[in-house]
Amino acid sequence: MTHSDDLQEEKTGSGLKSAIHAQRMTKIFGSGKDQVIALDDVSLSIQENEFFTLLGPSGCGKTTLLRLIAGFDHPTAGLIKLQGKDISHLPPYRRSVNTVFQSYALFPHMTVAKNISFGLEMLGKPKSAIADTVDRMLALVKMEALRNRRIDQLSGGQQQRVALARALAPQPRVLLLDEPLAALDYKLRKEMQFELKRLQHETGITFIFVTHDQEEALTMSDRIAVMNAGRILQIGTPREIYNHPVERFVADFIGNTNFLSAKVVSAAKGRVRLRLFTGKEIETALPVGMAPQGSVTAVVRPEYSLIFADGAVAGAGELSGRLVNIVYFGTDTHYYIRLPDETLFVTRSQNQREDAEAFHIGQSVGVSFKPNAIQVLRD
Amino acid sequence: MTNKPTGIDRIENARKKRTRRNWLLSTPALIVLICAASGPLLIVLAYSLLSAGEYGGVTWSFSTDAWFNVVFHRDIFDETIGLADAHLLIFWRSVKLSFFTTLTTLAIGFPTAYFIATRNRKTRSMWLFLITVPFWTNLLIRTFAILEVIRNEGLINTALRALEIIHEPIQMLYTDFAIMVGMTYVFLPLMVLPLYASMERLDFNLIEAAYDLYATRYQVLRRVIVPLVKPGIIAGSILVFIPSLGAFVTPRVLGGGKKMMLGNLIELQFGAGRNWPLGAALSITLLGIVMIALVAYLRSTQRSSGGRR
Repeated sequence: MTHSDDLQEEKTGSGLKSAIHAQRMTKIFGSGKDQVIALDDVSLSIQENEFFTLLGPSGCGKTTLLRLIAGFDHPTAGLIKLQGKDISHLPPYRRSVNTVFQSYALFPHMTVAKNISFGLEMLGKPKSAIADTVDRMLALVKMEALRNRRIDQLSGGQQQRVALARALAPQPRVLLLDEPLAALDYKLRKEMQFELKRLQHETGITFIFVTHDQEEALTMSDRIAVMNAGRILQIGTPREIYNHPVERFVADFIGNTNFLSAKVVSAAKGRVRLRLFTGKEIETALPVGMAPQGSVTAVVRPEYSLIFADGAVAGAGELSGRLVNIVYFGTDTHYYIRLPDETLFVTRSQNQREDAEAFHIGQSVGVSFKPNAIQVLRD
Repeated sequence: MTNKPTGIDRIENARKKRTRRNWLLSTPALIVLICAASGPLLIVLAYSLLSAGEYGGVTWSFSTDAWFNVVFHRDIFDETIGLADAHLLIFWRSVKLSFFTTLTTLAIGFPTAYFIATRNRKTRSMWLFLITVPFWTNLLIRTFAILEVIRNEGLINTALRALEIIHEPIQMLYTDFAIMVGMTYVFLPLMVLPLYASMERLDFNLIEAAYDLYATRYQVLRRVIVPLVKPGIIAGSILVFIPSLGAFVTPRVLGGGKKMMLGNLIELQFGAGRNWPLGAALSITLLGIVMIALVAYLRSTQRSSGGRR
């Protein structure tokens, strides 16, 4: 982490003020035998007006990090800055940060409009200003018609919108969203993903979004931090994370992936020559800052590889094996191939209309991929 | 049109049958209710409209004397009619002390219930268990324990004198204060338990949401917690206020017969006073006060919550 630490310090130093800057934050719950390290020495910088996603499996520490930013918990060690100001130990009501809760946490004893005005009232804003903002927020989330409804009279999607409006109304510097779409059905979730992007664009507020859904993270975020076991493994744009994972966990968590064991033959000038376990040699780009020796893992995405009938071209292709399963997905088809070392390799091809079924289970097939489709990982 | 029952007819018949069966099944409970609740009440009402027997009991002649005597007082010598000051004072003391007892139990019970509701599941049941421990001891014994603490040679006065904070004992026993302390102690669990029940269901995310929206601790309490646990506050207040109004043992022991409450006055009429009809009339009056207080309270809370639901 020291490397990316320096990088972030540089960014903040270069005049671009970060909205949130977390510095070596650790959070430990409990003590003695029951001690749980929820966050382990985490540092990150989130820029102004960024849609930043914390992605990871449940229990990875993403919600803990969010709660530290919101102020519901305080870090055991390290500090957290909001626009350069240390807020590590401020109570939640002294931070210009608002949260959209996973359960929405709307006040059941208040109407829609009252829920939205709550934060503004607590800030002691004048009545007329509050009324204006509430009207604006209701319009923003398209809930004008339901302003006097009680919360229990709303559907899940409507509650979601009210929760967003309520959190946006006080115009916080940073909006935290804790898996806000998890409770919605598929179609509504897709709709709200667009809605969230639109709201972020219109309000210009920094969004920090927590999810365990990699697809959601890829489609919505400017940058993603992949977390596991209390640590941040990688921070980058969706493209960087998807195409250049730095760790096996990241590659595995985001999308389908094939892992091939390989040996380094030679490495020089940012290029590396690998010998796959099949004996085939491939030359590919070396990730920045990596000096591999001995065993490594080559990562190949299913859609970057191509299946072909074995024997069509003798000696062609990088791999060969037996086709064991074909799964039709509508937009594409996945082919599961058993390699000589008994591992499964998945390849994926876009379906064409009137496409004849060219392969059958049990058939010997070959797989080819371009050298630059490979991402090299340290073992 | 045929005679064959249609689907709607069949559903209608089944519904009627179910209603009839439900009535039949609830008959035993209804009989017990009528005999045990309404019956005695009717007897008390009837007694209040009869004349007093010379050595207690009633004679079977209609009279409104008892009701007259609840509020008015006829001088023995010149037959002039005045207000029954003593009774009115006791009514007033009963209502006042019950009201303040309710307030005190609420003030103590609210943080207690909140404390218990915010513990983890295992320790919660232990705290609840501790709350119910006083119920194991007889009410009279608990009341004498309070007497022991506040009497002139009791725990508090002895301690204060030993520390030379005071030189003369503070008269606490046989005052309104003593009665209130006693009732607060006795009725506290009745406030804590319903409060806890509504706080336990409280979604603590809502409290975090309020903090997140810039509410200070006091604002969170006033704007979120209190409105949401209101059913518990109402239930607890009713459970404390009503038995306080009719309290008998506590004012008897701690008020020493000088500071009477309604319960003591009623007992007096059935006992030494040998005026059963007056006792009966006073009992009905007590019932009336309770009803008025309840209706007024429910009305006011309904209005303040904007007539929801």
